[in-house]
Amino acid sequence: MKQLKRYRFFLILLSGLFLMAFINQAVAAEAVQLTGKNILDMLILLPPIFILVGLLDQWVKKETLIRYMGEKSGIFGILFTVLLATAAAGPLYIAFPIAVLLLKKGASVRYIVFFLGAWSTVKLPVLVYEFTSFGLEFTLIHISFGLVFYYVTGILFEKMYSRQKLL
Amino acid sequence: MANGIVLYTIAAVYLGISFIKDKHKTKAAVLSSWKMFRNVLPDLLAIMLFVGLTLSLLTPSLISSIIGENSGLPGMVYSTIIGSIAIVPSFIVFPLGHTLVENGAALPQVAVLMSTLMSVGLASLSMEQKTFGHRFAYARNVSALVMSLLFAFIIWVVMT
Repeated sequence: MKQLKRYRFFLILLSGLFLMAFINQAVAAEAVQLTGKNILDMLILLPPIFILVGLLDQWVKKETLIRYMGEKSGIFGILFTVLLATAAAGPLYIAFPIAVLLLKKGASVRYIVFFLGAWSTVKLPVLVYEFTSFGLEFTLIHISFGLVFYYVTGILFEKMYSRQKLL
Repeated sequence: MANGIVLYTIAAVYLGISFIKDKHKTKAAVLSSWKMFRNVLPDLLAIMLFVGLTLSLLTPSLISSIIGENSGLPGMVYSTIIGSIAIVPSFIVFPLGHTLVENGAALPQVAVLMSTLMSVGLASLSMEQKTFGHRFAYARNVSALVMSLLFAFIIWVVMT
C-alpha cells in the first residue's frame, strides 16, 4: 500500500491519459510515444550514473571530499564541481539525491548550490548540440553567465542555510 | 546514444576495480545505487508522463505562435510560465528550442523557456522539498527563475 501511495501522481496522470484517449486518440498516442521514448532514455542513462554515485559513497572518504568540495577548497572546488555537474547526464531532479550524498560527505552549501546550478546550465554531452543550433555567442553567454550567477548564488545561500539544516 | 556507451564503460570499469579490491564494499555500493534508483522512480515516471502529456498538447507550432517575434513582454511571461511547470532534460530542451526558433519564435523568449525548462520545476517541487526542505527548494527555484530572466535579457540586448 505504501509502495502504491508513492506512485499516486503517476497513477493520477495515467488516468488523465486514459481520459484523453477517449477525447482525442491522436494526442493521446503522441503523449504515449513521447513519454515512452523519454522513459526509455532515462532508464538507459540512469543505471551507470547511480552505480558511480554508489561507488563514490563507498570509496571516497569524507576527508577527501571535504578537500574537493568543502568550505576551503577554493578554485579547485569550483573546477571539481563543474566537472562533476557537467559530465553527468540527465534532468536536474536526478542531481538531488547526488547533492544530498555530497552534503553528507562534507561538501559545503556553496558548492552544492553551484553544483545544482551548473547541472541545469551546462551538459557536456549536449553542448555540441546547443552550439550548432544556437551559435557560439548564445552558448557562451548561457554558460558563462549561468556559472557566474550560480556561484554567487552559492555564496549567498551559504550565509542563509547551514549544512546541518539541509540534511 | 554515444554518451550512454561512454557512461556504461566508465561505470563498468570502476565497478570491476571496486569488485576486485573489496567485494563487500561493492555489494554495498550497488545496493545503495538500487535504493537511490527505487526512490526517484515514482517521481521520475510521474514527471516524464507529465512532460509527455504537456508536450503533446502544446505543440511546437502552438508555442511558436504564442511567443513569436512580436510577442514582447506578454510572450516573455508566457514562456516563463510554460517553462516553469516541469523540469525537462537538456537533450529534449535544446532540440525543442531549435524547432521553436525555426517555427518563428523569438530568441529571448526561447532562451527563457529553455532555461526555466531545465532549472525551474513546479512538478518536481514536492520531490525537491522532501530532499532539501521547503525553504531551500523555493529559494533555489526562485534563483533559477531570476537567472533565466537575466539570461534572456542579456540575449535580448546582445543578439536582437
